[in-house]
Formats: sequence, C-alpha cells, structure tokens
Amino acid sequence: MSISGNEVRRPSRLFRNLSAKIASIPMILTALFVFLGGTLWTVLYSFTNSKLLPRLKFVGLDQYERLWSAPRWLTSIENLLVYGVLSLIFSLVIGFLLAALLDQKIRFEGVFRTIFLYPFALSFVVTGLTWQWILNPDFGVQRLVRNAGWESFTFNPLYDQRIVIYGILIAGLWQGTGLVMCLMLAGLRGIDEDIWKAARVDGIPMWKTYMFIVIPMMRPVFITTLVIIASGIVRLYDLVVAQTSGGPGGASEVPAKYVYDYMFLAQNLGQGFAASTMMLVTVAIVVVPWAYLEFGRRR
Amino acid sequence: MRYKLLTAAFAATVALPFVAPAGAAELEVTHWWTSGGEAAAVAEFAKAFDATGNKWIDGAIAGGGSTARPVMVSRITGGSPMAATQFNTGRQAEELVEAGLMRDFTDLAEKEHWKDFIRPASLLEGCTVDGKVYCVPVNIHSWQWLWLSNKAFEDAGVPVPTNWDEFVAAGPALEKAGKIPLAIGGQSWQTTGAFNVLIPAIAGKDIFLKVYKDKDADVAAGPEIAKVFKAADDARKMSAKSNVQDWNQATNLVITGQAGGQIMGDWAQGEFQVAGQVAGKDYTCLPGLGVNELISTGGDSFYFPKLDDADKTAAQEVLASTMLSPATQVAFNLKKGSVPVRGDVDVSAANDCMKKGLDILAKGDIIPDTNQLMTEDTNNQLNDLFVEFFKTPSLTPEEAQKRYAAIIAAAD
Repeated sequence: MSISGNEVRRPSRLFRNLSAKIASIPMILTALFVFLGGTLWTVLYSFTNSKLLPRLKFVGLDQYERLWSAPRWLTSIENLLVYGVLSLIFSLVIGFLLAALLDQKIRFEGVFRTIFLYPFALSFVVTGLTWQWILNPDFGVQRLVRNAGWESFTFNPLYDQRIVIYGILIAGLWQGTGLVMCLMLAGLRGIDEDIWKAARVDGIPMWKTYMFIVIPMMRPVFITTLVIIASGIVRLYDLVVAQTSGGPGGASEVPAKYVYDYMFLAQNLGQGFAASTMMLVTVAIVVVPWAYLEFGRRR
Repeated sequence: MRYKLLTAAFAATVALPFVAPAGAAELEVTHWWTSGGEAAAVAEFAKAFDATGNKWIDGAIAGGGSTARPVMVSRITGGSPMAATQFNTGRQAEELVEAGLMRDFTDLAEKEHWKDFIRPASLLEGCTVDGKVYCVPVNIHSWQWLWLSNKAFEDAGVPVPTNWDEFVAAGPALEKAGKIPLAIGGQSWQTTGAFNVLIPAIAGKDIFLKVYKDKDADVAAGPEIAKVFKAADDARKMSAKSNVQDWNQATNLVITGQAGGQIMGDWAQGEFQVAGQVAGKDYTCLPGLGVNELISTGGDSFYFPKLDDADKTAAQEVLASTMLSPATQVAFNLKKGSVPVRGDVDVSAANDCMKKGLDILAKGDIIPDTNQLMTEDTNNQLNDLFVEFFKTPSLTPEEAQKRYAAIIAAAD
C-alpha cells in the first residue's frame, strides 16, 4: 500500500493554471474557428466555380489552371518577388545602419528618432498618394530638377513599366524603415555595455564588433523584424492601389490585388480563393522549413 | 463624471436612429456619379425625391464603378444594405437577384405600365429575371462616340475629321502641334471600352454579336477581329502620351484642346456641357466613330435591396416611381448627357449630339451593351488584357488577339 500522502492524486495537467486557461478560451476559439476554419473554408471553395456568392459545385483544379495561365497573376508573383527580396534587404540594412548611427550617443537622438519613425504613423494609402505626387513627372522630382536647369533629366518610375515596381519600393521603404530602425535600436540598447568595453580592450575595430559580436547577439530581434517585414510584404496592396492602381498596363499588379479584384470586382469568388490559397502555400513554403529549424531543433 | 459622459454618449448613439419622424423615410442611395456633369444630374433625382416628403441621403462612392461596385456588393451581401443602388443595366447584379437579396417590383411595374413606355424593350428585359422586374432603368447610355476638339484641329491646321480613318490620318499633324492625338484614361475599363467601340465600327455589328453574344472564339481569332486589333494598335500609338487616370480628366484634355479626341460614352457630353461648350462649334461628336452609325443601349439601373423597415420599404416604391416620372427623366438625362428611357417625353431641349443619338435610336440601329452580354468576370479579364495592350508597346496585336480569343472561348 502506498502512503496516504500519495493517495491524493496530483491535479491533472489540464487544471493547472486554470484561470489563465479560461481566459485564453476566446482566443483559442477565434484561432480555431475564424483563422483555421476560415482558411479551410477558403481552400475548399477554391475548388468550386463560386461566382458572386459561394456555392458548392466542384470543378476540380480548373480555377488553379486558369490562375497559373493568367498573365496578370504571373506578373503579380514576379513583382512580389522583386519587391519582397529588395524590401527585405534594404529595410534591414538601412534600418540597422540608422540604428547603429543613432546608437553613437549623438545629440538630439530623440528628434532624429521621431523624424525617422514618423512615416510609419502614416497609412499606406497616404504614403502611396504622397509618393504618387512626388514621383509624378509633371509635378514632382523630375519637374524640380528640370526647372533647376537639367532639361533632359528623366525620372518617372510610375509611368515606366520596367521600373514601376521600384517606384513602389521607394515608398514602401520610406514608410517601413523607421520601424525597423526602432526595433534594431532597442536590440542594440539591449547589448551589455561590458561587451563593448571588452571588445575595445581587445582592440577589435568597431565594424568587426558589430558584424561578429553584436549582430549574432541580436538574433531574436532580427527574427521579430523579419516576421514583421515579411508579413508586410505578402499583404502589399494599399500602397499599389494608391500609387498606381496596378498600372501602367498592369505592370505593378500584386497577388493581394488579384485576390481582391477577382473576389469583389470580377465577382468570381472561386478564382479569388484559388489565388489566396496559392498565397498561403507560398507563405507556408517559406515559413514551415524555417519554423522547423527554429523550433524543431530545441526539442 | 467621465463615466457618465461616456454613458450619455452611448445613449445618444443608440437613440439617434429613432429621431427620424415616422412616415417620411430617409433613403440612402449609392452610386458612382461624381464628375461635374454626373453630380449635377444626380442632384435632379435628389430634388425630385425630396419633393415627395422623403429624404435622399446621397451615398456617392468616388473612383468609378470598379471601385464602387465591390463596396455595394459587400454591403448587400454583408447584411447592411442601402435603400437603393446603381448598377449598370445588365448582368452585374444577376446573382444578387438570384440569391433573393433584391426587391421584386413587378406589381409596381404593372400598375404603372412600365412596359408601355420604356424603350427599347431590352432595357426592361435586363431588369427581368424569371418574369419578375427587379430594377428601374433610368437612362440609355451608349459607348460608340468619338469626341473631337475643334480647337485642337484648328491649332494643328487640319480640318476636323468626319470618321475614324481621317482621325488616324490627322494623328501626326496633331502630334506636331504638341497635342495628344487620342486621350485615354489609365483605368482599365476605358481601354476595354475603346476596343469594344472599335469592333462594330471596323468589323460591323454582326461580328460584334458573334463574339460577345454567341461567344464564338473562331470569329474572335479570325481576320475581321485582326483588323480591329490593327486599329487598336493605331489607337494605342496615338494615345501613348496620355498620362491621366480618370475618364473625365481625359475628357478635360479634349475640352481644353490639349488632346484631339477621345473615345468615350455619351456621359462625356455632361462634361462638355458643364464647361459651357457648344456641340458643333467647340466640339464635334461622331457616333459609331463616323463609320457605322449605331449605338449600344446600355445605361444605369437602380436596384432596391430588401429592407426590414416598413417605412423605408414604402419609400422605395416612391423613389422608383419618381425616377421614372416624365419630368425627372428629362431633367436628369439632359444634365447627364444620356437619353431618357421613356419614349413619350419631350426632349426638344436636347443638343445636337443627343439628337443624333435619338435619331439612331429611332432608326433602330442598336446593339446590346457588353454589360448585358457578358459577366463581370469576363469583362474583368478583358480589362486586364486591354490595359496591358494599350500600355505595352511590345505586346503585338497578334499575341493580344490570341489571348483575346482564349478569353472569349472561356466566357459564359
């Protein structure tokens, strides 16, 4: 027989931290039914020929075949790739450089921080409209330089199909790097002063300290930043609508716009769902291996 | 104290909807009429409806139909419908009607004998699903017009063209004089519209019907449509320097003489009118591009979503009758630049261009509007194609025609 103390069974794991668990029930339900349920529903209906209203009439992979033979969708994917890669690289590099410069104990740091972060307070629509004017050849930069005497100067990215996506990238970077800078600055401030002192005692040049000591230590900050930037890239929509509405001639279309246009404008839910499912798959292809490496290893 | 204020504020927002007096209802009406001429026209509706003791709440959505329709559709399907909403006459609201979200006006239509005075009959047919009437057509708009600026041609030293070929021939002279020969706004529906106007003008009415009504992909890939693509190629070369987005900005280029012409529906006429221009003197209009004088009978219709509120439901009927009443029809359409849907009203106040349209209508040289023949899905695919074609010089007419035929083959 066991002693009486062991008679009282340990409370089941289910009831530990009961109040916390009860408090998270709404979020769990939201995640299950709204996020997961909505996703499954969308994927299911992407195999139907739903038009304006959803209906369960299955057509197999028709919507996907049409999607991948649509020139507009292919342009969208290409644009997202270009925008995504460049925006990731540039916002990380510029954001980190600004943060490192601000971290040199300069005067008026608060003022600079505010200036750099300010664009982030503007919505993408306002950003897009502002940059539409700045990049307009008749009113913006081009006019300004030409008035200053350089008559042949040409800079009209929003009206040139080959470079329109860079015009959008400029606006996106202007809006987003401030936030990246702030996150990086917070990361830099989290580095112990003693590490800097030790590096200085060892005579390691400053750029080397940043490259090989500080940046590896800031890994968690980089990952948070990466997730924030990446989610911003995938849902790129309002900036394009405000700046070019996908033009000129559909050269700046992006996947999110394709989804919206086909769901609500073309009244073809099936096609929109197929496109959004493909967006989900793309994200999954990027995120799943990374999450596996990141979280799977620790076990 | 702060808490009390907050409570009061909440109470106020709850109480607000009950303030309106019973009997006279406020109806929210959504539409995308925001340019100068359009706003003047819609004000006529509001004035006439307010005169019945009800109140017109204007729900204008800026940015054109392609921006407005998604908002309207999601409000109706999302369960917060407006009292009345504009759609283009045709298939745009087809599924909303089939889903039972729109109100059936058959009784009112029979009582007021809509069938007897609405012409052409195709307009009311566009509103009819399974023998029941679901909408009120308010005007007849046609796309097949070429608007020319007399001033631009005077500056270029060439006579004002009388047909499309002369216009194309005058292109270089216009360009030399620093004008944009052809103004086309950057929005995709405008490029598709221009192409759809070129089809009956270049290839004729039969080809137009074979492609869009019978969805005959062989004809769409054939030599007749190839000629149309050739003409569209001319059009895109002439419009290469046109840097505006909205249709009324493009019309404004013609009004001010910066552009030679514009292919646009007769709603452009409202803009010339607001600018105080006189047809024949300041500007010239060529129906059917001066080649095949025919017009399409599209236009706008108002649909009335089902509502729970009894007062508002009653007022919907008043609004429907008001929109069709002879006086409102004339006042509205003269400002809008469109033709009244009633054949029995006095339109002697119409200007030269509108009279040309009325003559063609009386002769019966009409074609259905593309909105009546094709779904929004197909129209949207065509929009994607033509906006790319018009803005991408490297996309050849042959390649574009291949894609065009594929879209027609898949259309339903």
